[in-house]
Amino acid sequence: MDLFLQFLVSVLSLGGVYALLALGLSTVFGLLGFLNFAHGDLMTICGYGLYFMLAAGFGFVPAATLALALAALAAVLMERLAFRPLRGRNPMTLLITSFALSLALHVSFQIFISPKPKPIPVPEFLSGYFTIGEIFISRAQVIAIVVSVLSLVLLNLFVNRTRLGVALRAAAADFDVARAFGVKANQVIAIAFALSGLLAGLAALVWISQRGAVFPTMGLTPMVKALIAVIIGGLSNPRGALLGGFMLGLLEAGFLFTLPDSLVLYRDALVLLVLILFLMFRPNGLIATNPEPMR
Amino acid sequence: MKKAVLEVENLVVQYGQISAVQGVNLTVNENELVTVIGANGAGKTSTLNAMMGLVPAASGEIRYKGESLLHMPVEKRPSMGIAFSPEGRRVFGPLSVRDNLRVGGNSLPASQVDGRIDEMVERFPILGERLQQAAGTLSGGEQQMLAIARALMISPDFLILDEPSLGLAPIVVAQVFELIAELHAEGVAILLVEQNVRKSLAIADRAYVMELGRFVREGAADELAADPSIENSYLGAA
Ligand SMILES: Nc1ncnc2c1ncn2[C@@H]1O[C@H](COP(=O)(O)OP(=O)(O)O)[C@@H](O)[C@H]1O
Ligand SMILES: [Mg+2]
Repeated sequence: MDLFLQFLVSVLSLGGVYALLALGLSTVFGLLGFLNFAHGDLMTICGYGLYFMLAAGFGFVPAATLALALAALAAVLMERLAFRPLRGRNPMTLLITSFALSLALHVSFQIFISPKPKPIPVPEFLSGYFTIGEIFISRAQVIAIVVSVLSLVLLNLFVNRTRLGVALRAAAADFDVARAFGVKANQVIAIAFALSGLLAGLAALVWISQRGAVFPTMGLTPMVKALIAVIIGGLSNPRGALLGGFMLGLLEAGFLFTLPDSLVLYRDALVLLVLILFLMFRPNGLIATNPEPMR
Repeated sequence: MKKAVLEVENLVVQYGQISAVQGVNLTVNENELVTVIGANGAGKTSTLNAMMGLVPAASGEIRYKGESLLHMPVEKRPSMGIAFSPEGRRVFGPLSVRDNLRVGGNSLPASQVDGRIDEMVERFPILGERLQQAAGTLSGGEQQMLAIARALMISPDFLILDEPSLGLAPIVVAQVFELIAELHAEGVAILLVEQNVRKSLAIADRAYVMELGRFVREGAADELAADPSIENSYLGAA
């Protein structure tokens, strides 16, 4: 029972972060038909934002809020400067552009900030453990779950209840027709990027509070995980991204809890092996609604 | 003298080397139902899409109530009173019927949207029963009704319909044409592209016949319907 609870917390806290990232990826993919490889770097930007705000003397919560805003802004700027000039081109062009952008960001962080990790002091309320009877549960994990679930609920409310949210989903379903009904292309694309930046930022806060540092390629590992999540779940489909994120969390936590210590090192390799097997049977992911997305 | 709602002059639409529309002239006047008929690939959809701004016009002019649409962004059209039901219906499949209608009312003040949805439900009771259902799960006929209802959300002055009867069962086709005739009677200017020549000539005021990117005939709908050459090319086998 204790072990099961700890396992569940691991699944949800890992899965939650992957789901946040995967949702950000799929939001942009659903609209523009390309995977933004610089998505993980929005996490890094949020991390550095947090680092500098803390260094400037802000408290953790205001610093984190500002860092989130920075990630959203960075995502919007990314679209404005790098992707908009290429709008309507082959998605492959956009994909490669996002690769280049990601590399350029890594190098810039190395040159202008530091190639070494910058420590981020994690505040009291995020470190340590809750104890329930005999069992210990890390606070950071619990916060990760709370933040992910809350964000997912809010996102769901936004896309279903608000006019802009509905317009965003309509544009993802059929961009041209949505425009014909007055949905402004630039506006929904900016909103989609802002959302993806916000989601990446939230993932970054959760990620950092469990690790306590930010470095130039910090976004790389979680980005690869998010990619795996959207591939499992099916691209261009928010429900798939969500499902994929939690499936990946389940898989990783499963290996973490069942593998003998000597093999835990290989769990990423095992996850990828499972992914390959999975893709042999479900090449379009779990929920294949739209194998050929809109441009 | 009738007032023109839409005027198209020497419109040319090209896809790379292909000229899909080669110098078309067309007018739709206030309260008028105009139909464009012609075989598959004649260039009808390209003409409409150019009016909507979804494909660029290589040359020519498109004016709506005297104002040029050529450099007007697509998304401005609904606030000018132009509504569109595209070929193949293209409802937003994953969205509920209600959300499809909400998007139709995207250019209305937010406070008017729910009221308009109620009016649409009154006009299309089948949609009312399915407001929460994903549009993609509706039957073809229901999707077509939704596509038209979505377009009517703004109470348009000018309605563009691209093959609304395509792929529908005969009973549903009759309903669709009845609805179009009703909207015409209510005074909406309508441009109707159809391959169902007999039915569209029966409800239209005027008609254009399109072949290989050009209008080869135009005239009063009843005259064209009675014309033996039209009879042979378009009505014969049907
Ligand atoms: N996006 C496109 N790219 C290239 N050619 C196209 C495109 N859309 C239509 N065409 C071509 O333009 C011509 C006219 O097509 P269309 O306007 O769809 O005719 P219709 O609506 O009368 O069936 C056809 O030859 C068609 O193959
Ligand atoms: Mg057509």
